[in-house]
Amino acid sequence: MRPVAVLGIGQTAVGEHWERSLRDLATQAGLAAMRDAGLEHVQAVFVGNMLSGLLTRQENLGALVADWLGQRPAEAFKVEAACASGAAAFRVAHMAVSSGEVDVALAVGVEKMTDTTSGETTAALATASDADYELVHGVTFVGLNALVMRRYLHEFGWKHTDFAPFSINAHANGARNPNARLQEPISERDYTRARMVCDPINLLDASPIGDGAAAAVLVPAERAYDRPRARVLVAGSASATDTLAVHDRKDPLFLSAAHHSARKAYAQAGLEPSQIDFFELHDAFSIMSALSLEACGFAERGQGPRLGLEGRIRLQQALPISTQGGLKARGHPVGATGMYQLVEVVQQLRGEAGPNQLDRARVGMAQNIGGSGAMIATHILRVA
Amino acid sequence: MDIPRNWRLRTQRYALVGEECDHCHSKIFPPRDICPDCGLEAKAHYAFSGKGEIYSFTVVHDPPTGYEDQAPYAIALVKLEEGPIVTAQLTDVDSAQVAIGMPVEMVTRKLRAEGEEGVIHYGYKFRPTLARA
Ligand SMILES: [Zn+2]
Repeated sequence: MRPVAVLGIGQTAVGEHWERSLRDLATQAGLAAMRDAGLEHVQAVFVGNMLSGLLTRQENLGALVADWLGQRPAEAFKVEAACASGAAAFRVAHMAVSSGEVDVALAVGVEKMTDTTSGETTAALATASDADYELVHGVTFVGLNALVMRRYLHEFGWKHTDFAPFSINAHANGARNPNARLQEPISERDYTRARMVCDPINLLDASPIGDGAAAAVLVPAERAYDRPRARVLVAGSASATDTLAVHDRKDPLFLSAAHHSARKAYAQAGLEPSQIDFFELHDAFSIMSALSLEACGFAERGQGPRLGLEGRIRLQQALPISTQGGLKARGHPVGATGMYQLVEVVQQLRGEAGPNQLDRARVGMAQNIGGSGAMIATHILRVA
Repeated sequence: MDIPRNWRLRTQRYALVGEECDHCHSKIFPPRDICPDCGLEAKAHYAFSGKGEIYSFTVVHDPPTGYEDQAPYAIALVKLEEGPIVTAQLTDVDSAQVAIGMPVEMVTRKLRAEGEEGVIHYGYKFRPTLARA
């Protein structure tokens, strides 16, 4: 296994891109990453996407995107792991390059979600759950998270408003990210008065869907030495699984796949949680932020909300999270989300994060959660 | 298209038939032939009592396509008295009265219809346990 560097990054804004198609978005982000890397050709393209078959009736995305990028005959295929498809594509690119099989790999995460009605999109998203034992009962994704959050509040004694800091922090950072879907700061009063979506989850607990694409070029580390800007290495790359259905977990309030993938990534990087400078976590719902912090060793069981209440998750504090708005404000174009997180980590490590730049950004972690926690990928990137 | 798919699940859907592990005696639902507790083969049928309690619940107001005519509806994680948790809709109850820990029992109800002339799929839902005389 050889060390791998991220040589180039690219992204589109997250939004309702009525004028741009699935392939347009993937091409735009992919070309931006190649331009950023100073490369015109790649050997392999791995496309992270969840919903193209259901919402665009287009599969075989690997070939499509490679063709539109002008990269034929590069090897290319789609990688699907529900909302973790983006990080899964990055992980495949990392395996390809670290193994020595591929010297230049492009990972692209892309999703097109706003051409369809909200009922169709909701139904498509719900296919990440267990079709025969969850979805058939009319479960939605927000519904599954509401079931988890209500139990969490019940077991650990938190109030709903204790989750407000997660949303407030994400919106504050998203307001300064030109690529974010939501660029409005919110107050605690806004949070407590937001429309209830699926009790106890309200509108400001939930991330907005959107169209978008993000991409990265991965190369062997030695190929990145001659570049003027900071060299970003992949220090840890791991993923793990849990039961597909929430109800099959011995403890539905613990993200064991987050725990296992983070532990592997820490071991690869030779780091402890306390050495992570910032964390792009999967705040699709505010409850997920708490569970992710706990599973990755940043908080004790049932204590995730405390990090928010103590202000430790804000920029320049102990563990900044969602530094460009997170899923909550940057938006959650599901199969692209994991790639956005990784692109944002690279921005921070290079000192290119604009108004949200952290003073201390040597080691960053990204965690992308597929389904309600069934497949989780954790990456640690560092400057070297 | 969905007819054989749902037919295959008839014993689970209509009678909560799962499995019991011969090795560690775990009760398993849904049946999966590999015991999630000990990892060994488990193929002995086991019919669950259908009794349990609410582990968690919520109310869906924005349903997926195909469930619009039922909304709003309460869904729950129901912890069966034999151990496993199942996801199901609640029925015959005012959702404002639902609470964690509430005893419930399985009933068979319509899960969804495939359009006005399509197949109707039935399966388990849960209602508050009726007091026995
Ligand atoms: Zn067993």
